[in-house]
Amino acid sequence: MKLGNIVELLDAKVLCGDDMDMEIQTACGSDMMSDALAFIEDQAMLLTGLINPQSVRTAEMLDMRCICFVRGKMPGDDVVELARERGITVLTTRYRMFSACGKLYQAGLRGGDC
Amino acid sequence: MSNKSSVEPITQQYVIPGTDFTRAGEASSKVKTILKRLGYDPDAIRRVAIAMYEGEINMVIHAHGGTAKVEIFPDRVEIALCDQGPGISDVSKAMEEGYSTAPDEVRALGFGAGMGLPNMKKCSDDMRVHSIIGKGTDVYMTIRVRGTGN
Repeated sequence: MKLGNIVELLDAKVLCGDDMDMEIQTACGSDMMSDALAFIEDQAMLLTGLINPQSVRTAEMLDMRCICFVRGKMPGDDVVELARERGITVLTTRYRMFSACGKLYQAGLRGGDC
Repeated sequence: MSNKSSVEPITQQYVIPGTDFTRAGEASSKVKTILKRLGYDPDAIRRVAIAMYEGEINMVIHAHGGTAKVEIFPDRVEIALCDQGPGISDVSKAMEEGYSTAPDEVRALGFGAGMGLPNMKKCSDDMRVHSIIGKGTDVYMTIRVRGTGN
């Protein structure tokens, strides 16, 4: 699925990154970075409500290409800047975690674990 | 460990600041950048990055920071994480998934699920933990790598 489709499905605001043709095949949702680091293998996108810099660091360590903050959360400029430096696209959506993940799943995005 | 190979490693040393949670991960990020530049296998780089990042987080959460020494060999990366924190009273218990002594405020930051040390072990080919109560904890990890540009 192209990033542009994800932005549309989630009615998301793009905070950094401009490659809307980027392909995202798998995603995961977690507010616990510990769990993300332990269980994620090759997902390209993280949906989270955690807006501190460690969400970006976690995505970076896991080679993820996109973070989407849910529940309308807006990260600080420092967090967006860190993501920009590391080449990670940042989105924010008003949808809650369950709804955001559900919309993407319904449209064909998978978790990579099934 | 140096007798394993006659090749001189690329050595990096970092001070992990213990007072600023937002800076945890900077050293791991730098190591990841170096390994990418050297052309190591992406999966191996990710294992190094995750293992070291978890270690950095642990040092910040539990030990007011510490030091990290990273030695990059053609066939492996060795990481030594040393702190002067309170020590781990039961290392085998700390290695169990889900066991955590982290306070609630750490969980609010996205960590403290009791997955740190087990995940470090999972990402490493060899890991040893030496801990003395009241003195500190040293963690040594070796991660085998492939596909270097050397």
